[in-house]
Amino acid sequence: MLALLAAAGWLKPDAAHAQAWNKAAFETHDMAETMKALGGAEPAQSKDIVFFQTPDIAENGAVVPIGIASNIPKTDSIAILIEKNPNMLAATFDIPAGTEPTISTRVKMGQTSNIYALVKADGKYYVASKEVKVTLGGCGG
Amino acid sequence: MNRREFLQVLAAASAAGLELDASDGWAKGTGDAIYDVPPLGNVHLLHFTDSHAQLLPTYFREPSVNIGVRGASGKPPHLVGAALLKYFGIASRSREAYALTHLDFVQAAKRYGKIGGFAHLATLVKRLKADRPGALLLDGGDSWQGSATALWTRGQDMIDAAKLLGVDAMTGHWEFTLGADRVEYVVENDFRGRIEFLAQNVRTADFGDPVFTPYTMREQNGVPFAIVGQAFPYTPIANPRYFVPEWTFGIREEELQKAIDEVRGKGAQIVVLLSHNGMDVDLKLASRVTGIDVILGGHTHDGVPRPSIIANPRGKTLVTNAGCSGKFVAMLDMDVKGGTIADYQYRLLPVFSNMLPADAEMSALMERVRAPFEAKLAEKLAVTEGLLYRRGNFNGTLDQLLLDGLMAEKGAEIAFSPGFRWGTSLLPGEAITFEHLMNQTAITYPYVTLNELTGETIKALLEDVADNLFNPDPYYQQGGDMVRVGGLQYVCDPSASMGNRIVAMTLNGKAVAAGRKYKVTGWASVSDEARETGGEAIWDVMARYLRAQKTIGPRKLNLPKLVGVEGNPGIG
Repeated sequence: MLALLAAAGWLKPDAAHAQAWNKAAFETHDMAETMKALGGAEPAQSKDIVFFQTPDIAENGAVVPIGIASNIPKTDSIAILIEKNPNMLAATFDIPAGTEPTISTRVKMGQTSNIYALVKADGKYYVASKEVKVTLGGCGG
Repeated sequence: MNRREFLQVLAAASAAGLELDASDGWAKGTGDAIYDVPPLGNVHLLHFTDSHAQLLPTYFREPSVNIGVRGASGKPPHLVGAALLKYFGIASRSREAYALTHLDFVQAAKRYGKIGGFAHLATLVKRLKADRPGALLLDGGDSWQGSATALWTRGQDMIDAAKLLGVDAMTGHWEFTLGADRVEYVVENDFRGRIEFLAQNVRTADFGDPVFTPYTMREQNGVPFAIVGQAFPYTPIANPRYFVPEWTFGIREEELQKAIDEVRGKGAQIVVLLSHNGMDVDLKLASRVTGIDVILGGHTHDGVPRPSIIANPRGKTLVTNAGCSGKFVAMLDMDVKGGTIADYQYRLLPVFSNMLPADAEMSALMERVRAPFEAKLAEKLAVTEGLLYRRGNFNGTLDQLLLDGLMAEKGAEIAFSPGFRWGTSLLPGEAITFEHLMNQTAITYPYVTLNELTGETIKALLEDVADNLFNPDPYYQQGGDMVRVGGLQYVCDPSASMGNRIVAMTLNGKAVAAGRKYKVTGWASVSDEARETGGEAIWDVMARYLRAQKTIGPRKLNLPKLVGVEGNPGIG
């Protein structure tokens, strides 16, 4: 994941390593548990978080492209949570001051699920969600 | 019918250039006045879509079941039969009613004859173009697949026919099932300088670079305009991904909006989207993406006589869908004044093969491409006693025949057959030729499979396909119909949520057990495993079955029991 970030050029490698690996957070199974592990409270719904290049129906559940941009001032981290994955937290990105809070990566999804974009800005938590469908395919047309 | 409705019907009939026969309500005569449409305005577009490689005239029965759930209920395209005729003010038993509905299909087919055929299509295109110099001809895709000759020539017959027909631009879907290399070769060679293959929503999977030209800028009578292409967004999901492993698709609203803004910046006064999204997706897209004047649509095979007018934050968009199988040529005349459409006229013109003489050049081309295969195509496999057709949300008699043949030949208790919307119809008493069989089955992944599936897996599979058809959000639909099911019976609630639509499953009167394994046969699997394992082609299995049967009695449709959709105008 870190190598991916660096390759994508979104973050400087130094910045990506700035915060220690939060092992507990990556082993959670629901929203409340994940929030607790990340040290946050119930997030507020926000229209200032937008998904881009995120499909409605995944072409391949093994590599689902996800793009998230935050328009919330002082955004300092963005996390991707996949509701129906065995471990809910898929990735966290630290956004150093002065960096555009826009991230994109690929995640693995076993089934149709809501995807949450969790943003921490100025000490507060915000969230937006989008459903991505994972289908067996076939039968079209 | 009250007096007002009766007058509307008469007006519609006379507008269509037809006289009603007072004795039985059938239209009489062979007057071709429907094709005499005086041109209007300064920009003229002709559009056909989803011909599925039907070079010859055919019968094609429209669906009697095309359910729209929630917001889609009661509106085009989810109207069938009498509800469709009433909505559009079309006389029953008219030629138009024959082209657009399943009503009295056998009688109407015998009276009005076959529809479509590229030689007749060519005559109509020439006739319309004669009054509209410079008119563009647009092909919405699904042209290179659906027949034996298209499969055996890797689409070459249709590619040559499209060039002769004078197609200016096209987009695609089933074309991609010939493989990415084949499509790229045709675009760079056969089509170079002749036909533009437009698709803004096909990108390379690695860097997201455009694979095809996204749009073309054109001008007619001094009006600059743009055609943007939109390929079928779910190609790698609905069809095997291995045909296009390095490409990614999707609806791509943001990129589409950018392309529209770009062509507007270049001076396009009118923007047309040549779309293979399917009509439900187009209706939603038209409400969200701004700056499109017209969406000329396909994929869902909906013969819709009038455009739907959809409002969005910055204007209005006309949304059309032009049927399939070469049945229709859509004609759009626009009067563009001051950068907007001041007036327009739209006609969905059925290609009645007995009213339009065959074009000699196109006939010659068709004879040439068919010659090497004639003997094989003409083989009579069996005779059908009943009407055979495919279209419908849940089953058709032709699919029932495939299910019956598959279960018998493979010794399976359950069969699945894909809910394709292409495939021609056969009248009672007709011989089923090898060509007819290929019209239902000619795909590049025809392998018949035989698996042991648990009841739980079967339920998950049915739920998955049902959601592709009945998800209330069109962006989560893929088009196509429900998988056809042989042996197994179930109850379906289309309005329910994912996972709750398949209410009960039984086999021979006994409840299907979640943990038990069942022998299930099927074809057209999109998985890599099916390709690696191989298996007989569906047409070989069915040809063997039909030859042995000799006579095919009327089919009894295995249909799910529907709940929660009583009175839906999508059920005829």
